Amino acid sequence: MSDHNYTPSSKVGKWFNDRLPLLTLANHLTDYPTPKNLNYWWTFGGILTFCLITQIVTGLTLAMHYIAHADMAFESVEHIMRDVNYGWLIRYIHANGASMFFLAVYIHIFRSLFYGSYKSPREIIWIIGIIIYLLMMAAAFMGYVLPWGQMSFWGATVITNLFSAIPLVGEGIVTWLWGGYSVDNPTLTRFFTLHYLIPFLILGLVVLHIWALHVPGNNNPVGIDIKKPSKDTVPFHPYIVIKDGFALLMFMIVFAFFVFYSPNILGHADNYIEANPMVTPAHIVPEWYLLPFYAILRSVPDKLLGVVAMLSAILILAVLPWLDTSKIRSAVFRPLYKQFYWILVADVLILGYMGAMPAEGLYLLIARVATAYYFLHFLVVLPVLGFKEKTLPVPLSITEPILGGSPDLVIAKNDKRDAKLK
Amino acid sequence: MRNFSKIFSVLALIFILQINVNAGEKVEYLKTDWSFKGLFGKFDRGSLQRGYQVYTEVCASCHSMKYLSYRNLSEKGGPEFSVAEAKAIAASFEVTDGPNADGEMFQRPAKLSDKFVMPYENVKAAQAANGGAYPPDMSVLVKARGGGVDYIYSLLQGYEDAPVGVVLDEGVYYNKYMYGNKIKMSAPLSDGIVEYGDGTIASVDQMSKDVTTFLMWAAEPHLETRHKMGFKAIVYLIILTVLVYFSMKKIWSRVESEV
Repeated sequence: MSDHNYTPSSKVGKWFNDRLPLLTLANHLTDYPTPKNLNYWWTFGGILTFCLITQIVTGLTLAMHYIAHADMAFESVEHIMRDVNYGWLIRYIHANGASMFFLAVYIHIFRSLFYGSYKSPREIIWIIGIIIYLLMMAAAFMGYVLPWGQMSFWGATVITNLFSAIPLVGEGIVTWLWGGYSVDNPTLTRFFTLHYLIPFLILGLVVLHIWALHVPGNNNPVGIDIKKPSKDTVPFHPYIVIKDGFALLMFMIVFAFFVFYSPNILGHADNYIEANPMVTPAHIVPEWYLLPFYAILRSVPDKLLGVVAMLSAILILAVLPWLDTSKIRSAVFRPLYKQFYWILVADVLILGYMGAMPAEGLYLLIARVATAYYFLHFLVVLPVLGFKEKTLPVPLSITEPILGGSPDLVIAKNDKRDAKLK
Repeated sequence: MRNFSKIFSVLALIFILQINVNAGEKVEYLKTDWSFKGLFGKFDRGSLQRGYQVYTEVCASCHSMKYLSYRNLSEKGGPEFSVAEAKAIAASFEVTDGPNADGEMFQRPAKLSDKFVMPYENVKAAQAANGGAYPPDMSVLVKARGGGVDYIYSLLQGYEDAPVGVVLDEGVYYNKYMYGNKIKMSAPLSDGIVEYGDGTIASVDQMSKDVTTFLMWAAEPHLETRHKMGFKAIVYLIILTVLVYFSMKKIWSRVESEV
């Protein structure tokens, strides 16, 4: 943490700050020393904060007009789209905002995987992040149920039914979740309540996520520990603020394109058909951001094991800091890991594609191979790689490769660095 | 900036993948020029008005449009009938109102504030009158079908004699664009089934295009506002992005590092 001895210049400021050190906090946030070599992949943290705030603000506005009742939900959404002033805009921002949120969070997670940001001493930041991600999936799933279209209804039916796989108590749990014997009005009202609650839980966790980040400070593309503040760092304001702002604006252009010119392309047409418990859609598919996990679920022939596999696929990330045995953080200096990293990216994209296809024939076979590889990556490749891989020499500081022009001139062996820093 | 090209190629990849996923198992639909597509897309007023005529004279005998009101017909960005015209259209329908002071329900001519009158009392009545099939509500039909406007446009013209080997039950018709090729709606359009007031020849192709345009507007009544606002918003964002980019360059020039 940076300057704890901050004293406000004004008397009032000092009086206030002695009682509640908000000004010290503000000073810490502006001065927060940040590695100056952060690339644009690091701007997604700020973008995600923007996404969360956007979802909360548009969500609050929608909640003022939406009616959580099985007979009126679909109609109230149409009321928002037609008769509420700019209701169409608010709803399209909210619906596409969910997709944008997940797009950003996937980039954020994969950035962390590439540069080893989850490793010591940042395990807690990472685990909080995984909890946020889980809550995001819950919020998104329940949000998708609220318009009470066909996909809402059948998606809710499929996902809640997963709990019936639990031995002995499964059926009871499902009935308890539904508040009845099928997905119906009680299910809708409780989903609405939880969908309203979860974003605020996420907000709280985001504060913890950032707090935990500000203890060790940011990782960086070189992945080495840096002295703070030093030649290697810049104060958060104005350097990172303007850079994050620039990246956010680029992101908003993409966002705006979806909202204004293809607002429904990421959704499913069936969700514009009002929920009908008597008619099952030809294919029940979740939103794109859940497809990889849906593919994992379906690739296991047994229902209970499928659910276990799907949950493990997410929870395995929580223990990632201990599965990855390599001491080197950044993939830049790990030639083998770098290749496996891109294979994993491809694997997840393939899983996503298979999740959207019918679970049969070749699709199912590919999904099974991809599922197996997903677990192989985390359970076998990563632990073994840490011992077997010959890593490249890591620079002493991030200033040197930049000032020295060629990194070769200034690099030194890891052990030398450790000796020096001791 | 090199990083940005990387980021955007990844973004593009993901979305192309996604769009392909949505476009899976696609039939080649008939194509036509839709005036409402593209950055500046707008509805063709004449087409919307003719489309309303086709809807009300042909489709409305079975298909409801329960989320639209007669006032919508005179609103900006729609068919833009004059208020007087919209009032006259509304007045040609009877609605049930009440109860009055005597506790009785009564019939009166519809007003601008009334929703489009439904052809059937309820879903069951609609099914009973249509051999068990419910003619779907048309308010958001365009958005509720995978191929959107192209699908509706094609379906209306997709009636053919069933190929050899396909057996059709009583009251079932063959349509090459329908899912499974079997449809319970008989071909709704035939040349000259409506008489357009503006002299346009009412061919099946023309009527299909007009009524589909009308359905697009019904599903997205604010489409024109959306396109206009979107263009302004994106231009604004681009200008701001450029300004912020140069500010960022200026600020970062104080440190020896790349942005």
